[in-house]
Amino acid sequence: MSFNFDLNSIWFVLIGVLLTGYAILDGFDLGVGALHLFMKGDTNRRILINSIGPVWDGNEVWLVTGGGALFAAFPHVYATVFSGFYTAFMILLFVLIFRAVAIEFRSKQPAQWWRTAWDTAFSFSSILIAFLMGVAIGNIITGIPVGSDKEFTGSFLGMINLFTIMVGITTVSLFMMHGAIYLMMKTEGEVQTIVRKWTNNTIIFFVICYLSTTMATLIYFPQMVQPFKTHPWLFTLALLNMLAIANIPREIHLGKDFKAFLSSYASIAALLSLFAIGLYPNIIQSTTDPAYNLTVYNASSSQQTLKIMLIIALIGVPFVLAYTVSIYWIFRGKVKIDSMSY
Amino acid sequence: MSVELLSRIQFAFTIAFHYIYPPLSIGLGIALVIMEGLFIKTKNPIYQQITKFWVRIFALTFALGVATGIVMEFEFGTNWATYSRYVGDVFGSALAAEGIFAFFLESGFLAVLVFGWDKVSSKMHFFSTIMVSLGSIMSAVWIVVANSWQQTPAGYHIVGEGINARAEITDFWQMVFNPSSVERLAHTLSGAWLSGAFLILSVSAFYLLRKKHLEFSKRSFKVGLTIAVFASLFQLFTGDRSAVGISKNQPAKLAAFEAHYDSNSTADLYLFGWVNEKDQKVNFGVAIPKFLSFLVHGDFNTPVRGLNSFSRDEIPPVNFVFQTYHLMVAIGFTLIALSIIGLYYLWRGTLFDKKWLLRIFVFSVLLPQAANQLGWFSAEVGRQPWIVYNLLKTSDALSKAVTANQVIFSLILFTLIYCLLFILFIYLLNEKIQHGPSETDLQPTEYEKQKMIFHK
Repeated sequence: MSFNFDLNSIWFVLIGVLLTGYAILDGFDLGVGALHLFMKGDTNRRILINSIGPVWDGNEVWLVTGGGALFAAFPHVYATVFSGFYTAFMILLFVLIFRAVAIEFRSKQPAQWWRTAWDTAFSFSSILIAFLMGVAIGNIITGIPVGSDKEFTGSFLGMINLFTIMVGITTVSLFMMHGAIYLMMKTEGEVQTIVRKWTNNTIIFFVICYLSTTMATLIYFPQMVQPFKTHPWLFTLALLNMLAIANIPREIHLGKDFKAFLSSYASIAALLSLFAIGLYPNIIQSTTDPAYNLTVYNASSSQQTLKIMLIIALIGVPFVLAYTVSIYWIFRGKVKIDSMSY
Repeated sequence: MSVELLSRIQFAFTIAFHYIYPPLSIGLGIALVIMEGLFIKTKNPIYQQITKFWVRIFALTFALGVATGIVMEFEFGTNWATYSRYVGDVFGSALAAEGIFAFFLESGFLAVLVFGWDKVSSKMHFFSTIMVSLGSIMSAVWIVVANSWQQTPAGYHIVGEGINARAEITDFWQMVFNPSSVERLAHTLSGAWLSGAFLILSVSAFYLLRKKHLEFSKRSFKVGLTIAVFASLFQLFTGDRSAVGISKNQPAKLAAFEAHYDSNSTADLYLFGWVNEKDQKVNFGVAIPKFLSFLVHGDFNTPVRGLNSFSRDEIPPVNFVFQTYHLMVAIGFTLIALSIIGLYYLWRGTLFDKKWLLRIFVFSVLLPQAANQLGWFSAEVGRQPWIVYNLLKTSDALSKAVTANQVIFSLILFTLIYCLLFILFIYLLNEKIQHGPSETDLQPTEYEKQKMIFHK
């Protein structure tokens, strides 16, 4: 592997950044959802939902933009993956909407059965979304059957095997950890004490999943680590990833919740970077014949389009970052339930 | 059923459902800017109450717009993979611009708009309102640009042959300002303003009839009516521009709108009718003779190109678009009439006593919704059999990897979840309307209170 600073590679990185942004942001609100049922008591559960209240909708926009950028920069990848993973993506859409419905509906009726039903819906859909995304990433690692016409030739059930399920569970565990740390930052008192216990458990759960998946990848998909053999300096990234994960319990122990959250950010970013490096310059690996791989070069839009899009991104991204940060700044601090709350 | 038919049904269903919400957001967005602007200017707390109430409704329409919008973005790839490969390069820049300039702007500032009343100053809040409204307009801009490119492609060239053929961009600005984008954007936006305005009119009229929240309702009504008068008249203008544009750029579509078959004869403008496609005649029709010729050419005696000059497999289903198009036009004129009558009685000072008129306004909320849907059906079905006009046929645009059973499965999923979603929308909308504006919204926000204490 050698990285070229051409437009195609730059867009590979930018889409990676968008999807990482999505994983980091929607990751914690999916994680909060995944943990939701462990919380007991109606008021406590409302605190959980309202901790993500002002932001979950906006977080999903990163998915929309990531998908849009993929369509724009690598239309063949977008077309092959979205039509190939048809059934999985339709289930994903269904659950994404169902989760939004659950969040909106939950606190509208005081009846116990009503709230329990929507709480369950909210929690299970959050888990399923994270799981399906993990399975999708798993399939990108294993490769999928793609023919010479760039079309997917496999089936829905072919996407599900032990390895992709492992990646799915790892994703759930990662988001659970991320969500628990976020909650620690946003809550106080009794709720925070409960969440603090979760954080330790989720970290342990994640580390177990992470180690097993990494081992499985090393053994069964050695092509993912090829770049690290040819470019040993890339190991620093793997090291950083480890340090970021190890730093989480340290910061929590010191009572620095925000820094723990940043470490969690960093570990997600490092994890996805390792994944992207292992893939590059391929985006989709064909299990039919490596000659049919979709790469940053044979699956992209024209140079002209990539250039125009880069100009648009360079103008727009500083604004996006500036106001995303200011909005999280405006809504900093602990959750309070008021008349606008869920 | 074939994959093509199923995919078309699914796309039509999901886009029609989606399109209930964005026009409401765009229309309410403009109204919010006016309402909060009045608050900033007059410092009259009633306008804060009005803004806060409509923000709650706005947030609801926005959330549904996002939830159903993600589906649309996925569906290009899932069901129309060949189309995605074909247009990806052209839509690329438009989509990138939409993501960066529209989505992030809307979703970011939405949090301040809805949840930030007590966290920021009223000026900062007003700024957020403007940004959200701007974001919703920007997303309309880029989507309509992309759609217009499908109607009237420009600024591209075709690379590759047969199944590998695809459009590549050659000139970004030619693509953006393709022959139909400006007039179609104006037409779409004023349609959206109408749906927002008439929702405001409907709810206000409802309260007035119930003799509740009178001060709130009268002022809301006036804001809604102002937008309605302007937008309904503007709609007539943009509609005319669009029709003239279509006569140049997509003659088969215009001919189908008016069921005009013979290229050698002058064209009539129908008010209504039922097209007999076999005999190429309009039954039960009432028409203004030669008026279409006049609208298109400015001359009553110049012939208009008819459907018979196109090959049989290159014209859309005539009666279907004839009906959707004429219904849309009829509703458009109804909206103008309603707005003008409302304005007249407002000027006379008797508007709020006219029970019969208020009752009509309560139900009028459905009219712009219907017109928007019918208009898009005319535009999109009228383009058939092309998905990209004269370049790519809908039947060639499908996903090769998808089977009919998969689409049946997803169609069932969508039917279920959209029923649930629609129930949710009506339930929450009703709840917010029944609850009405709240008295506490007349109080200064926490942030402003703090500022007052600080100044003392």
